[in-house]
Amino acid sequence: MRGRPLLFTSYEADQALMPTTTKKVALTVFLVALVLVPVYDVIPFAPDFLAKDDWLKVLTNVMIFAIGALGLNILTGLAGQVSLGHAFFMGLGAYTAAALGAPEGPLVGLGLPMWIWLPAAAVVPALVGVLVGPTAVRVRGLYLAIVTLGLVFIGEYLFRNTESWTGGSQAGRTFPRFQFRFWKEEEPLVDFSRKGEWFGIELSNEAKTYILLLGFAIVATLIAKNIQRTRVGRAFQAIRDRDIAAEVMGVDEFRYKLLAFGISSAFAGVSGALLASFVGRTIPERWDLLLSVQFIAIILIGGAGTVTGTLMGALFVIALPRVVQDFTAWLSDKIDAGEGIIAKVGDVFIATSGDDFGIVNTLPGTGPGLSVFQLNLVIYGLLIIVFLIFEPLGLYGIWLRVRNYWKGWPFTY
Amino acid sequence: MTELASRTETHTPTGTTHLLEVDDIRLSFKGVKAIDGVSFHVDEGELFAIIGPNGAGKTSIFNSINQLYRPQQGDIRWKGRSLMGLKPNKTAELGIARTFQNIALFPHMTVVENILTGRHIRMKTSWVAGALWVGPAKREEIANRAKVEDIIDFLEIEQWRKHPVGMLPYGVQKRVELGRALAMEPELLLLDEPVAGMNLEETEDMARFILDIQDELGIAMILVEHDMGLVMDIADRVMVVDFGRKIAEGTPDVVQKNPDVIKAYLGEEFEGAE
Repeated sequence: MRGRPLLFTSYEADQALMPTTTKKVALTVFLVALVLVPVYDVIPFAPDFLAKDDWLKVLTNVMIFAIGALGLNILTGLAGQVSLGHAFFMGLGAYTAAALGAPEGPLVGLGLPMWIWLPAAAVVPALVGVLVGPTAVRVRGLYLAIVTLGLVFIGEYLFRNTESWTGGSQAGRTFPRFQFRFWKEEEPLVDFSRKGEWFGIELSNEAKTYILLLGFAIVATLIAKNIQRTRVGRAFQAIRDRDIAAEVMGVDEFRYKLLAFGISSAFAGVSGALLASFVGRTIPERWDLLLSVQFIAIILIGGAGTVTGTLMGALFVIALPRVVQDFTAWLSDKIDAGEGIIAKVGDVFIATSGDDFGIVNTLPGTGPGLSVFQLNLVIYGLLIIVFLIFEPLGLYGIWLRVRNYWKGWPFTY
Repeated sequence: MTELASRTETHTPTGTTHLLEVDDIRLSFKGVKAIDGVSFHVDEGELFAIIGPNGAGKTSIFNSINQLYRPQQGDIRWKGRSLMGLKPNKTAELGIARTFQNIALFPHMTVVENILTGRHIRMKTSWVAGALWVGPAKREEIANRAKVEDIIDFLEIEQWRKHPVGMLPYGVQKRVELGRALAMEPELLLLDEPVAGMNLEETEDMARFILDIQDELGIAMILVEHDMGLVMDIADRVMVVDFGRKIAEGTPDVVQKNPDVIKAYLGEEFEGAE
């Protein structure tokens, strides 16, 4: 219907993923823009810094964390079960991938191709999730958080002590690379871990990996969105909002909580496997509480219960450290140059030499003030508090408000 | 279902089988007797009302039928089969729907989504099919969306279709909750104070919907309500409970004249003073 985008004449149109033309166009443009990021340096007016390998790595990390966060969003955002155990399931996925996909060597590794190790990295954590689930789903709220917190520590202990699988504490192990093979042939069909030419464009390995993971993130987003809008997603939300009413509607609370646990763990496992493979070498201590907290931060800052919000949260939380780092570096350059008001104000915040006072210390080694890493933690914490108090729908809530403002513009509603 | 089948054998229904039979149930919470031996039955298509002062155990009876509470004694039979010991979601699958005294909608979901949740037991495709949005799951979602529209039309809540229910006015929320229960296509509907806190117009609207449900959809209902005018006007039979015991049962005009009922509602005349 021209001019009446919200007048639907079929239930199919009413329930479509992208019900309006505006949404379809916007999404297509956005996706094309994402795919083209690695060649921004040759496209006029594009933000060319994004095409640099180190920024591509940041964006690739965003994709990986987005996949994991979409899983946690299903468990915490939709089904309302707060879990701090996400890192454990990520580790489980990573080591499943390593055991199956890493080349044979001193550590367990079968050298199987990616189409085996990646699905396995989803299935194994999901099964473990469903196995430990019954203990967890009996408790709710803070108690569940504590139970899943225990899972992280048990997991870390296990990972540190199963050296033939994980390489053990401090040493770690290597993980399978992003290579497509039929079976164990020498030359991979498609190799994302080596630079080369695609369709006449010379791409670095970072660029190729980015495109691969962008693809995975898109698939994960579609699955998460479909889960949310179909029968199972409504059952999850019903349990979150009113568990007794949900049961009286015929939703088997126990079964669906367990299912939420399983699905969330599968997403976590894939995310963990991809993260480990992307980094290449990882120690067991990587799968710690801090990682879980990062995921909580993503969905709370982004907007719990919304897929779009989760993606925004992943971009925000993962890109933030890099932005802070770039910003402090830029500021200390200004201070060193010693000119202007920026230098004066910045000097209060940043310590550039040993005896200089500053809230943030950019110098290597110890000194007074926070390191850039610690500053990030402080910012996460502050943001979680601020969003919980002022905007429970997170970045997505802000986006909704901006969108609704412009929808009605110039009227206020 | 095998579990159910074996249960039926232990109970030999006497004479004709009623839709729902509650047989001398007793429920107590650590010495507080919430239900103290209540029996009644509901037949198909019947509008049965339960009234009684606050704390008489009306909602506890509902919770027992849903198996949210487990009565320590007695039996509740659905078409001759015992419901005792089933999970609450199984009672829903058997055809018992319910609304709550304090609205228990899912506040973050829209009206359509809430009523679609009521369709849960009528939908069959697995979550995997849903996650991939493949043929059968997609068709089922769309077919059930159409069913939801019938209910929205029936309850005249078209204008609130896409609103999150948490933001809707109280009277509308009550209607949405009724719609969610109707979406289950139940054979018995438990209505817990459907007009509590409503003004006259809203009450009459709701009464009209209740009568329409009885006439057009033929669903049996148990109505718990404090609005005596409404109960006496629309109920086929009324049961009066007080302190967990049944004190009267019968057609509205019979119950109204019962001295025990008058005593329970108006108190006893002090006779000791001559």
